[in-house]
Formats: sequence, structure tokens, C-alpha cells
Amino acid sequence: MKIHEYQAKEILRQYGVPVPEGEMVTTLDEADVAAKKLFDAGNKVVVVKAQIHAGGRGKGGGVKVAKTLNDANAAAKAILGMQLVTHQTGPQGQKVQRLLIEQGSAIARELYLGVTLDRATAKLTFMASQEGGMDIEEVAAKNPNAIFKQAVEPALGLEPWQARNLAFKLGLKPTQINEAVKFMLGLYKAYIETDCSLLEINPLVVTADDKLIALDCKINFDDNAMFRHKDLKELRDISEEDPLEVEASKDSLNYIKLDGSIACMVNGAGLAMATMDIIQYSGGSPANFLDVGGGANQQQIEAAFSILLADKNVKAIFINIFGGILRVDVLATAVVAAAKNLNVQLPIILRLEGTNVEEGRKILKESGLKFEVGATMKEAAELAVAAAK
Amino acid sequence: MAVLVDKNTRLIVQGITGREGTFHAKGCAEYAKQFGVDLVVGGVTPGKGGTTHEGWPVFNTVEEAVKETGANATVIFVPPPFAADGILEAVAAEIPLVICITEGIPVNDMVKAWSVVKDSKSVLIGPNCPGVISPGKAKIGIMPGRIHKEGNVGIVSRSGTLTYEAVHQLTQRGIGQSTAIGIGGDPIIGTKHIDAIRMLNDDPETEAIVMIGEIGGTNEEAAAAYIKQHVKKPVVGFIAGQTAPPGRRMGHAGAIISGGEGTAESKMKAMAEAGIHVVKSPAEIGDMMAKVLGKA
Repeated sequence: MKIHEYQAKEILRQYGVPVPEGEMVTTLDEADVAAKKLFDAGNKVVVVKAQIHAGGRGKGGGVKVAKTLNDANAAAKAILGMQLVTHQTGPQGQKVQRLLIEQGSAIARELYLGVTLDRATAKLTFMASQEGGMDIEEVAAKNPNAIFKQAVEPALGLEPWQARNLAFKLGLKPTQINEAVKFMLGLYKAYIETDCSLLEINPLVVTADDKLIALDCKINFDDNAMFRHKDLKELRDISEEDPLEVEASKDSLNYIKLDGSIACMVNGAGLAMATMDIIQYSGGSPANFLDVGGGANQQQIEAAFSILLADKNVKAIFINIFGGILRVDVLATAVVAAAKNLNVQLPIILRLEGTNVEEGRKILKESGLKFEVGATMKEAAELAVAAAK
Repeated sequence: MAVLVDKNTRLIVQGITGREGTFHAKGCAEYAKQFGVDLVVGGVTPGKGGTTHEGWPVFNTVEEAVKETGANATVIFVPPPFAADGILEAVAAEIPLVICITEGIPVNDMVKAWSVVKDSKSVLIGPNCPGVISPGKAKIGIMPGRIHKEGNVGIVSRSGTLTYEAVHQLTQRGIGQSTAIGIGGDPIIGTKHIDAIRMLNDDPETEAIVMIGEIGGTNEEAAAAYIKQHVKKPVVGFIAGQTAPPGRRMGHAGAIISGGEGTAESKMKAMAEAGIHVVKSPAEIGDMMAKVLGKA
């Protein structure tokens, strides 16, 4: 689960990690009030930042610096409601519905600090780099030596010496080390206690008066751990997510929208990915990833159909089921009922295998509906590609 | 022979009184019974010790269950919030084989658990996996036994239904399997591709190996490097997720391309360079294996 920058900073604040003073607003009036408050408090510079879940906001024109109230007002006007396009939003962009109005910082240095799981060692790992402000993936690709990594022993947690080590690698001055250690221990505590899957401070700024501040912050949570964080679940902003994906999640369906023309309905994540692959291999393009899971019932199948049909690019539906626990006859009954209820007009191509497959095929045949059934995954994929042309 | 699971396996089920636990305990027992194997010897549900469930004795703790039944394997069907704890309890009881089927365990729970499991006497399969089957002997997990055939091809895969797909393609071509190992789709799993490949390589009954991977992480690359150096048996490989977009989690918590790492392309390249027969289409796994074994 992703959250906004202003929400992530609020969490950091609770863990004693310094962040700029600021306020989230949703209207221009609120933006004016917030900016005025900051100028009145003596700040020389105010920053207006678009709050969307994608990164790369600055380059896309979603972050502006203002030195007067008028400038701040103009910046808010320009950004609020804009369709912000970044390398992470796709070409259609994301509508800006919230702004963060924040005090400006006098920046002396921009650094990078991130925490995530290193799968190779199965340990949480801090990554630190003096090349802050840049896309860390770019740094990793161009100059991997510029990133210093510090793995954390799970039983011990981040130790002060490790934090000092990170601080020195960031080139901080001896007088800043204690502050940096406190900063990093706070980050680690926040990561563990809120079940993050990624916590990134980019840039971590050294100010002109030698203070450390988290100028930007990105937090992703582990979806699997949200059962123990009812409060954090409230931070979810579904307007930032694909509406079809939101709809799918309500029925415990795993759906990801892509831009092809062949919709897929599959049981199992691995087989679902493989089905997308074979569609492409056969000359078509998949419209989505959809895993209906091991125990799909009629309601889920019907919900899945509705979601697939809502995608206007879809020209054919490819159902690939390998029945293990999920019996093929049960699935076939659900498919027939859903196709009738929803009056599906698009060609449906099925490939069924596994438990009770003969009964399943019989149900399809006797339904009176036009289904095409491929004998193998390859044949079915080819039928689907032909039907979508 | 086969690996991990055979006719001498004696299994307890953690979470045996739950719906999933009950259903699959029966499935495993029935499959093994066809081959004269009395696989399931009991189960664990804290608070229900001393009762029987479907004819099996239920114990409060894993330690007690092992002591009373002599079990040498456990399968975990405990719900996600408690599953990592279940793994740790099994490992503390020093059961040689721990298979965790549960999907959706918080990553930070597994970070903690793995720091103990990795130095333990137990082999962990999973979590978020279909389990392990040695056809004609026994199965521990949720896979349909019926599609399998006893034979000499070992399989290792991160995914459930895709493993069934590969098994089915082999069986249809008259090619049997020694052991099929579903290692699981999570970012932290016990037995990785490289460990499973090592087991299958050392197993005299296994003549060839199917290795199925998917996007995310670098475990397939590590296994490919091992295969290049140590494995003389033919290996057929497939990577799922060639068309998956970066930054999106494709169902499995571990199936995500991030930071330019974990792409299908880099995995397929490493595997081809290791001499693995890599197929681009999942429909070609069986044909390629038949060709490699001279059975096409």
C-alpha cells in the first residue's frame, strides 16, 4: 500500500525524525491560509508540492518554490487540479487533488537514505548515498559503488555503530553524527512498527546551518501486515489507484490493468503471468493480469467478468484454468452463469484442465452459449489472438 | 529415492482442525495410502490437545506431537498472522522438514523467523507454496496428486498452478516425476531454487530437472550459476512474467521487478548461459523435456 508524502512525513514526525513544517490542503483558499501562516512565521521560502503517489513530481512541474504569498498562490493554482505526468504515472498522468504547503529549507547538501528488504540476505538493509535528489535506481545502474549498504540483524535491530557508519559514509561532519544516529534509529523504528516495505528519504538534506531534515519521504506498507494496523489502513487514498483494480480488490481478486486487447482470467499468479506471456508469444497482447485464486466462487467469477468487460480495449476473453482445488465443473458452471447474467457478447476462449475437466467441458457445451475451447494452452492462446483481431 | 518426501515420511499437520488443514490432511493421507504409506500421524492445534480429529490425535504443541508420534515432517496451514510463529515452533522442535503452505505472512515476520530458521536443523519449504510431492510415494501439500506420474524428472517452481501445468505436460508425454518441489512465491522463502536444484542433482533417481522461475529477486540467477558449475543433468527452464510491467506486484508478493532487478530477461539470459534449455512459451516445457530426453 502506498501513501502520500504528507502522510509519510506525519509518521516520521511521530518517530522524532525532523521534517519541514507544512500542511496538506485540498483547496486554493486553504493553500493561501497555509502559505500565509508559514510566511508570517518568518519563513523566506514556501514550497508547493503536488501530492500524488507517483515519483518524479518535480520534473513534471508538480513542485514549485515561492518567495511571496502571490507566488505561492500562483503555484497552487497551477498545480492543484493539473494532470501531472511523470515517468511513473504513464502518459495519461495523475490528477492532483492535494497539495503540501511546506516551509522551504536552505539546502547545503542533498543525500539519499532508504530502508528496504534485501531479498538476497533476507535482512532489512539501509542504503545510503551522497548522490541524493536523483533517482536511486539510476545511481545504482550508473555507479553502484556510490551506494553504501548496511544490513540489520533482525534480532538486534539497527545498532548505533551501524548508524554512525552510515553517517560517515554520507560524509557528515563529526558534529552531526549524534543527530544522524537519532535520525536513523527513528527511521528503523518507524519501519518496523508500521510494517513498511519501503521507506525512502530522497533527498535527505543538510541545511545551511548544518541540520538534517527529511525533505521528501516515500513510504510503502506491506499489504500482508495491514491486519495489525487498522489506523494505517485509513491512510489509503483509492482515488490514486486504478478504479478497476480497486473494484477487483473488493472481491479478493488480484487484478492489474495492462493495455492490450485480450483479457485473461486465470487461477494462480504464476500461471496468470505465464498466460500473459503465451498471449504475447502467440502474437497478441494481454489486457490484464488476473488471478482468481485457488477457491474462486461464482460471485468472484461474475465480479471478474464485470471488471474485464469494463476495460473498453478488450476484444476477447481468455480463461485459463488448471483445476486443482478449484474444480473445473464448478468453474464452468460459474462461467456459464456469469456470461448469461452479464450478457457477454465478446468471444470467450477457454482452456480447462484438471479435476473434473470432462464434466466442465460438458457444462460449457450444453450451455447454448458460444464458447471456444482450446485443447492445449497453446491452441487456446492462438484462438484468443485470432478472435481479438 | 526422490527427495524430501518419500515412503518413510511421517507427517503432522499444524492447524489440523481448521478447514484448510482438515481438507488437505485428508488429501495427503489418501494420496499416500494408495501406495501403502501411512503418512499423516497427527496434528497440532493449541488448546485442543488430547482430542482426536478425523481419527488423528491432536496435540497442543509441536514438541509434544513429535515426541508422541515420531513425526519427521510438518505441514503448516496456520492463518497468516500466526504462521511465522508456527514455523518457529516447528523448527524449535527440530523437525527435519517444515512445509508452510500459508499465503500472506507479513514480510517482517519472516525476516525475524528466517534469522532463526537458517541456522536450524530443519529444511523449510515455502511459505506461500503448494508443497512437495514424490509421485507414487507421498505428497505434502495442496497439489492434485492425480495428474502426477512416478518417474525421473525433478521439478522446482515458485508457483502452484504453473507447476501443475508442467507436471501435466510431462505426464501426458509419458514422462514421470521423481519429486516436484513448490518453493513458494514470497520474497523470503526457506528453500530456494539453488537448494532444490542441489537436492535434485544429488538424487540418483532424478535424471533431468525442470526449473520454473518468475520475475523478482535474483534466486534464478544464483541457481543458474550453480547449474553451470555443478549440474550435468539436463535442465529445462521457463520464467513467468516476461510481459509483466516493472514496479507492479504480480499476485505473488515476491513477483515484482524493482530497481531494475528481477526481470525475466536477465533470468532467461543467465539460465541460457548456464546451458539450461530455456523455453519462451509455457506450453513448450513438456515438448522440450521430451526432446532433451530423446522421447520426442
